[in-house]
Formats: sequence, structure tokens, C-alpha cells
Amino acid sequence: MIGARRLKLGVFRLAVFLVMGAFFLVPIGAMFEFSTRGNDLTAPRTLDAWKAIIQVPDLVQAITASLELATITSVAMLVLLVPTMVWVRLRLPALNRIVEFICLLPLTVPAIALVVGMVPLYRWIKINVSDSILMLAFAYLVLVLPYTYRTLDAGLASIDLKTLTEAARSLGAGWGTVILRVVVPNISTAILNACLLSVALVLGEFTFANLLFYENLQVAILYESFVSAGTSIAVAVASLLFAFVVLMILSFVGRPRERVARAEEA
Amino acid sequence: MAVSRSDSDGDRQRSGIEVRLEKLRRVFAGVVALDELSLTLAPGELVALLGPSGCGKTTALRLVAGLDDVTSGRVLFGGAEVTHLGANRRDVGMVFQAYSLFPHMTAMQNVAFGLSLHKVGAADRKRRAGEMLELVGLSPHAHKYAHQLSGGQQQRVALARALAIQPTVLLLDEPLSALDAKVRSRLRDEIRRVQLEVGITTLFVTHDQEEALAIADRVGVMNKGRLEQLGPPTTIYSRPATAFVAEFVGLTNRLHGEVKAGQVEVRGVRLPLVEPNTSDGPAIALIRPEAVTLASDGDAVGPLTGTVIAVSFLGATSRVSVDLGDQMVLAQMSTADASAHPAGTRVRLTLRPDPVLIARDEKASAEA
Repeated sequence: MIGARRLKLGVFRLAVFLVMGAFFLVPIGAMFEFSTRGNDLTAPRTLDAWKAIIQVPDLVQAITASLELATITSVAMLVLLVPTMVWVRLRLPALNRIVEFICLLPLTVPAIALVVGMVPLYRWIKINVSDSILMLAFAYLVLVLPYTYRTLDAGLASIDLKTLTEAARSLGAGWGTVILRVVVPNISTAILNACLLSVALVLGEFTFANLLFYENLQVAILYESFVSAGTSIAVAVASLLFAFVVLMILSFVGRPRERVARAEEA
Repeated sequence: MAVSRSDSDGDRQRSGIEVRLEKLRRVFAGVVALDELSLTLAPGELVALLGPSGCGKTTALRLVAGLDDVTSGRVLFGGAEVTHLGANRRDVGMVFQAYSLFPHMTAMQNVAFGLSLHKVGAADRKRRAGEMLELVGLSPHAHKYAHQLSGGQQQRVALARALAIQPTVLLLDEPLSALDAKVRSRLRDEIRRVQLEVGITTLFVTHDQEEALAIADRVGVMNKGRLEQLGPPTTIYSRPATAFVAEFVGLTNRLHGEVKAGQVEVRGVRLPLVEPNTSDGPAIALIRPEAVTLASDGDAVGPLTGTVIAVSFLGATSRVSVDLGDQMVLAQMSTADASAHPAGTRVRLTLRPDPVLIARDEKASAEA
């Protein structure tokens, strides 16, 4: 009886896995197929479109910029949110709701409305600070706030922050040590998930960059599609694969406790 | 400025230092949590602060630890004022009520954590952490994580961690309350053993009277932010200074009576008062169960006669509940004596003529 139920459950799981796998892989497979077509229907398969990725300077520049933006946004998000959330939870719990509201606010405002609001600000930034694409990190920080706040909030809720913090303080730890050596290792999974979300959001972002006249990865893919559809699709597939690889790396970096401790013991 | 460490840290710790609290006061949003607490802990002494929830005992401990800011008053360690030093610079070791081991570290790493903050070299750190774990009997568990240890083991590691940094003062915030009775009793003895061995001045906070009386050199009973009485456990139990202490520490019979000329008359028996100057009027005499003795008397009638309704076996002693008709009275005696009064027996009660404390019967006073 139980064996039959298990078998049914196994078959159901496999079916769901296959359907979902097909849902994700078929479009990517189709894109890959398209990106490897020759110039006409009878031409043999070619990787010219893929090779062209690194030969188009604008594309390489956009890829680099997007990766830099993803890194800067993730780091800035952590530097801004982790200490703030820890401090609010410990010292200003009455402000918790307000901070949560502010962080979730961008979720309720359409991207286009956010951009329209930011246009004058970015006009000023371009004239008075810098016209570097990396300035987009400010906008992206706002964009990723709702998602990363929720993830980090869940991480902090899963530990006894007050007791751990007070224990570390009584042992002689300053606030920096408390955050880096006690809080961060205990919410590492939440931090990695927050980083993953911000990397995925930044790499896939188009609206902000396009309307604020910056050329990031997605904008460059669009421009490239006007010149070479094959290359633009190859870049799109490559960016998806890159996101997948980042996801895998971050999953493995989220090590089990035993390994973390062994490293620290060494 | 952090509390200075001398070269002879070990010597200093073994002799302990004096800890003085001077008129410590803490007000939270208009509510007085701690009302001018003054208390001096002698070097190497273990003082337990005992009281019900919300009496201010944990607030006092947190003020000593530097985890909370005082409204007024001073905290002095060895004569040096530390009132406004941060918790990380106060040089105290603390064990918390909640399990506080860092989950991502092994027991050994937890103990070594404070040492690394005090710039102790890797080799010394490992040696000292090992010694501390041995002190609490957990060497075989040095490489286990918090989730692999039982509650009692976690608190022992927390104690080792607190002691590893050779603190000036050891603060224990109800460290046993999350444990089951058997482990609690064993760990309580172990804490006392370690405290005596290390000789560190210790402030222990608990709401468990048995724990406080068993472990402390002196017990401070707190109520509504104030220290009601401070003294050795035997004094606290046998000579409570106030009605609150008498009722909070140990079991107490509340017998209605009348104060007359420096004595209280309870059901026809006149008993001396702890405070003979008490004004006349209705009152409630607070009488310990062990001050009540029983004699079987089948035909007994009168104000101090009743029927045994239950006998609770406590081991060497037993507690007998007697129904006097209008109220219950508890009597505690040896189990052998109690066996002579099974449930249903008519008994005559005798009250030992010890000086008794009284509580004013507000309702009776109002009616009078």
C-alpha cells in the first residue's frame, strides 16, 4: 500500500520535473539552435554567432558593465541592509515596520514610473558626478531592495539575534565583529540568496538602463539584434547560462556548517 | 577605557574582586524597573538575586553587564567605575537564559571566540579553551556543534566560554531555567563547583527559590524593583524580613488573626511578632508549614482541629494538608511522623511559638 503510494508519488515528481524542465529548456534549446544556424537553410551549423560575442566591443563592454553593476549592487545592498536591519531589530524595533515599508515600496511602483522619477536625478548625476554606467548601481539598489529585504529578514528571523549579539558583546566583540563574525555566518544562506536575486535582477534589467540612456547587457543585446540576430540570441543564451552557473556556484558556496567551522578552526 | 588587565590575571581571578552597585535605577518609558538598588558583592562571593517575573532582577544584571544603560546610579568593579563602559569593554563573562552558543562554531570554537577577541595567540587559545572544556567536563564534545549538544551541555559550554576570558565578574541570567529538573539540579551544583574553583565574584539571577537558596552565599530577594532583603539563605528562609519574602521564599500558611499588644492571636493561640511594635488590628499571620505540628485526636473539636485531606510524599519529609473547615493549613514533618496521619484522620494542630511575620488583611482592615 505504502509502496504503491510512494511509486505514484515518484512518478508524479518525475512528470513534474520533466514538464518543468521542458518548459525551461525548450526555449533555450530553440535559441541555441537559432544561434548556430548558418546563413541559409542549407548551410551547416556554425558557432560564428558565439565567437562574435567577444569580437563586438560594445557587447563586451556591456557585459563587463553589467557584471560590475551586479557586483556593486550586491555588495552595496549587503553593506546597507545587513547592519541597518540588525540595528533596527536590536535597538529600534519600533522602526521595523517603517523600514520594511520603505524597502518594499519599489515593488508597488512600476519600473517605468521609477525611471521617470529618476530621470532628473540622473541628468544631474551625469553632469555633476559621472556619466559612468556604474552610476546605475544607485537605481539598481532601489530595484533589488524589496526582494533582498525579504530574504535577509527571513534569515535574521531564523536566529536568536539578541542573545547571540549580547553573548558576543559580553565576550568583548565590537559591533563590526558582531556583524562579521557572528551575524553574517549565521545568515549566510539568506545573504547568498539575496546576492543571487540581485545578480539575476541586475543582469536581466533593461528598462532603467534603456530609458536612462546607458548600455548594459540587455540593451546591448537589443542593439546587437538589429545588426546580427544570431549574435544577440547567443548573448541571451550565454547570459542565461551565466545566471545558471552563478546560481550553482552560490549554492555550493552556501556550505554546510561543518565545513565552515573546519575552515575557521584551521 | 576598558577595565585594565594585570599580568597576573589568573591570580586576580582566583581572589575575585569586589563589585558594588550604588543606587542603580532604571526607568523604561516612565515605568521604574529598578529602584535605587544598592548591593556589594564581596570578592569571590556568589550572590543570587531572586524574585518573581518583572521584579527587576534581570534589569540589574543587564546594567552590571553593560547591556543596558542606567538611568542613574553607579557600577564599580574593584573600586573602578564602569557604569558607562560598553558591554564589550566591561570584562564580564555572562551565561544567558536562552541557549547562546554561536551555531556556526563548535564547542571549542565557541570557547575560543572570546580569547581571539582578547588577542590571545592561537596555541594559547586552543590550550585554554581545552582547559575550560575540561573544567566543565565536556572535553569529549569539543568538536560538536550546538545542535549536537543537549541543553545542559550547551549551558556548560556557555559557562566555559564565559570563564575562558578570565572575566572580572561572572553574570548568570537564569542559566538553568530551560533545563529539565534533573539536569538543572546537577548543573546547579556544577556551576557552584566551578565558581568556587575559579573564585570569581558572581551575580546569579533566578526566579527559582530552591536554586537561589542552594547555590548562593547570599540571596537578595527583589520585589517591584527594590531589594526586599539580602542575607544568607538560612536567614532568608528562617527570618524573612518582610511578608513578601516570607511568602515568596518557601511555603507559608496564611492564617487570619488579630494583633493585640505586640502579639498576634491566631485561632485562640497567641504568637509573638517579629515586629512587636505593629499596630493592633486584623492581620494575617504567616506561618511556615514546619512550624505546624499534628497530633491525632479522634474527638478533637476547636479552632485548631481539622481533618487530614492529603499527604504529599517529598522523600525524607512529607507535607500534610489539613482542612480546618474554613481554610486549609499545610504542615511539614518527617515522612515517618506523617505516616501516623493518613487522609481522613482528625488531628489537633499546634503552632510553634516562633516570632511570626504578619501581612495586613486589607479587606478586614477596611471592614473594621
